[in-house]
Amino acid sequence: MAKGRVSIVVERCKACGFCVEFCPTKVLALSSAFNSKGYHPPHVVHPEKCSGCDLCGMYCPDFAIYGTKVKTVGAQEVDDES
Amino acid sequence: MSDLTNPVEPFLRSDRMPHIWCPGCGIGTTVNCFARALIESKIDLEHLALVSGIGCTGRVAGYVKLDSFHTTHGRAIPFATGLKLANPKLNVVVYSGDGDLSAIGGNHLIHAARRNIDLKVICVNNLIYAMTGGQTAPTTPGHAITSTSPYGTCEPAFNLPHLVEAAGAVYVARWTTFHVRQLARSIAEAFQKKGFSFIEVISPCPTLYQRRNKLGDGLDTMKYYKEKSKVRHGAPTSEAGLTMTGEIVVGKFVDRDRPDYQTLVRAQLAESLGDRFVEQAEMVCS
Amino acid sequence: MKADPRGVLTGVHFIDGDHACCEGALAAGARFAAGYPITPSTEVVERFASRVPTVGGTFIQMEDELAASITLQGAVWGGAKAFTVTSGPGFSLMMEHIGYAAMTETPCVFVDVQRGGPSTGLPTLPAQADMMQARWGSHGDYEIIALCPNSPQECFDLTIKAFNLAEEFRVPVMFMMDEVVGHMTEKVVIPPADQIEVTPRRHTRKSVDNYLPYETNGDMVPDMAHAGEGYKFHVTGLTHDEHGYPNMTPPVQDKLVRRLQNKIRAAADRIAMFEEQNLGDAEVVVVSYGITSRVAQRAIDLARQKGLKVGKLRLITAWPFPENKIRELSLKVKAFVVPELNLGQMVHEVERAAAGKAKTFAVSHAGGSVHHPEDILKVIVEASR
Repeated sequence: MAKGRVSIVVERCKACGFCVEFCPTKVLALSSAFNSKGYHPPHVVHPEKCSGCDLCGMYCPDFAIYGTKVKTVGAQEVDDES
Repeated sequence: MSDLTNPVEPFLRSDRMPHIWCPGCGIGTTVNCFARALIESKIDLEHLALVSGIGCTGRVAGYVKLDSFHTTHGRAIPFATGLKLANPKLNVVVYSGDGDLSAIGGNHLIHAARRNIDLKVICVNNLIYAMTGGQTAPTTPGHAITSTSPYGTCEPAFNLPHLVEAAGAVYVARWTTFHVRQLARSIAEAFQKKGFSFIEVISPCPTLYQRRNKLGDGLDTMKYYKEKSKVRHGAPTSEAGLTMTGEIVVGKFVDRDRPDYQTLVRAQLAESLGDRFVEQAEMVCS
Repeated sequence: MKADPRGVLTGVHFIDGDHACCEGALAAGARFAAGYPITPSTEVVERFASRVPTVGGTFIQMEDELAASITLQGAVWGGAKAFTVTSGPGFSLMMEHIGYAAMTETPCVFVDVQRGGPSTGLPTLPAQADMMQARWGSHGDYEIIALCPNSPQECFDLTIKAFNLAEEFRVPVMFMMDEVVGHMTEKVVIPPADQIEVTPRRHTRKSVDNYLPYETNGDMVPDMAHAGEGYKFHVTGLTHDEHGYPNMTPPVQDKLVRRLQNKIRAAADRIAMFEEQNLGDAEVVVVSYGITSRVAQRAIDLARQKGLKVGKLRLITAWPFPENKIRELSLKVKAFVVPELNLGQMVHEVERAAAGKAKTFAVSHAGGSVHHPEDILKVIVEASR
C-alpha cells in the first residue's frame, strides 16, 4: 500500500525533470504527452512506491507537483492534509 | 485533485502563475523552499514583507502573497532598511539576485551588513545577469563565457559569503538549489536571528550561463551540484570561492550575535538623551 | 487634520532656511528622514538628527544618495511621512528614485538646496539651475510638484505645504531651495500646532478582500495601504494594473502614465501658488522665484521710481507650471522679464505659455551669487520700450 500520493498540475509544468530525477523512490517519469505549452509533464509510473515525502514538491521550480502522505484507516485511504 | 491543496499555494499569487522563469531555472525552487520555511517556522505572514530588486530573482516579489515590493535595480536593501526602521514590527526579507545585490547594490549590501540591519537577505546566485541576456556579473567564475565576455571572463569573482561575513553579517549560509531541505532550514533559522542574515543559493541559469558554457541544462546542473557540493558547516568563508566546474562548499558558515542597528540606536539615544528620548511611535500617519 | 504638537516648535525663532525646512518637516508630521551629507543642504538633516529622537522618529545617514532616496520610500510604505535632503550632485543621483516614487505613487518630499553646477560646480554658492532637472530628471513621462521658497519663513511654511501636497496627490514633491535661502538667517514664526493644517495619508478604508492598490475613485489618486496591515499588496516600478501587478501592454501603459500625469495637470490651477504685485496696470511683468525674487523686488521698485509700469509675479509653485496665469497676463502686458540663477530654464516655460502674445526677456546668471538689481532693471527698461 502506498504511503503517499503525488499530485501534478500539468499546465504549470515546464518539464525540467527535477522531480523525476530526485524522487527517492523513482515514482515518476516524464510523460510522452504534451501540456498546452508543449512541455512533457511528469506522470506517475510507480504509484505504490510513493512515500508522500514531497521532495518532488520542494524541487519543483514551477509549483506544479507535490506529494502528500496518505493515512491508512482500515482499507480506506485518507488524505493527510486536514 | 484541486491544485489549491499544494502546501505552498497560500504563499503564492496563484493568479499570476505560470511565472516567467525558464524551464530548469532554479529560482522557483528557492521560492518553494522559502514558502516551506515560512510554513515550518510559523511566521506571522501579516507582518512579513518581501523586497526585491531588478532581474530574474527580482521578480520573486511579484509572485509571493505578501506585502511585496519590486524596487529599483540594486536598491532592495536600502528600501528594506527604510521599511524595517519605520515599522520595526515587520519581518523584512530581501530576495534578489547576485548582480542586483553585489554589483549595482554592492555598496548597500556591505553597509547594511555593517550596520547589522535586521534583514533576511536571500541571494539567488546564478553567476550571471540573466534577465538582460547573460552578461558578466561580479560572481561570474573565471573563464566563463558570457555575452559581454565572449572570450571568457578574466575578472576575479566575489566570494559573497566571505564578503558579507567581513562586512558584519550575523548569519551566513550557502546552499544550492539541490539542497532544498537544508535551504528551507537555513531560511527558517535566519528568521530566528536578529540582525543581518545572508543566505546565498547557487542556482542554474540553463538558458544563458549553462548553455553558453556547455554545461548542460538545469537538470545537468542539479546533478553537478549534487556531485560536487561539499557540506562544510563553519568552513572559513575565505575557502568558499567558486569555480566553473569545481567543488562547491556549502553549509552554514557564520552564526554569531551582535546587537542589531535599532538596538544600538535606541541604547545610544537613551543614554545620551535620558528623559528627552522619545521612543518612535507606530508610524501610521493616517 | 491638525499638526501633532510634539513636532511643532511653536514660537518666534531666528534661524536659517535649512533649519526652518527641518522644522517644517517635523510640523508636517515627518518622522523619518534618510540623508547623505552634501553642502549646502546638510544642516536640514543635521537638525533633524538632533530633533527627531526627542519627538519619536528616525534619521538614518545612508551610504549615498541613491540609498537615501529609496530608503525614505521604504519608510513611507511602512507608514511614515518621510523625506530626504540634498543638493546638485546628490539630486542627480536621486533621479531614478524620483521616477520610482512617481510610478509607485509614493508620497514623499525631496529637498534640493540648489548650488552651482554642472558637476561639483560651486558647492557653497547659489544657483537655480536644477529647475528643469526637478521636472524632467527621471526618464519617462511623469509629473511632479515643485515649490520654491524665498525666505526662511517660507522654508517652514512651504515644507508643510510640500508634505500636504505629496499626501494629497501621492506624488514626490520637490522642494527647490537655493544656497542663499538655505543659509540666510531671519525671523521664523512657528504657530501653535492647532493652527497648522496637515494632510493625512490617503489610507484605504476598504477591507483586505476588496482592496485594489491602484484602483482610483474619480479623482485619479488611489488610496494606500501600508505593509503589515494584512493587505498583502504588491508594488512595482514596472507598468502595472489596478492590482499593482506588472502588465506591460500598451493599453495599460497608456492608462497608467496618462493618469500619473493628469492627476497633477488637472489640478494645476488649484496647486498653483504665486505672489503678485501691481499686475493691474503693468506693462512689463517680472517673473521670478526663490532668492532671485528678492533681488527682483529691488529692480521692480527702482523701475517704478522711474515711472515704468512694472508688475511682479513670483512663482511659489514652479511645477506644474502656472501656465494659465502667464497666458492670461500675456494678453494684456507687453513683456515678461525672467531673471533666474541659470542660463535660461523657467524663462522657456514663460515664453511657451505667452505663445508670442507678449515678448519674453531672460536675465540669465551662471550662479555663484545673486543678480545685481541693476542688471534686472536694465532688461526691464529694455522690455518697456
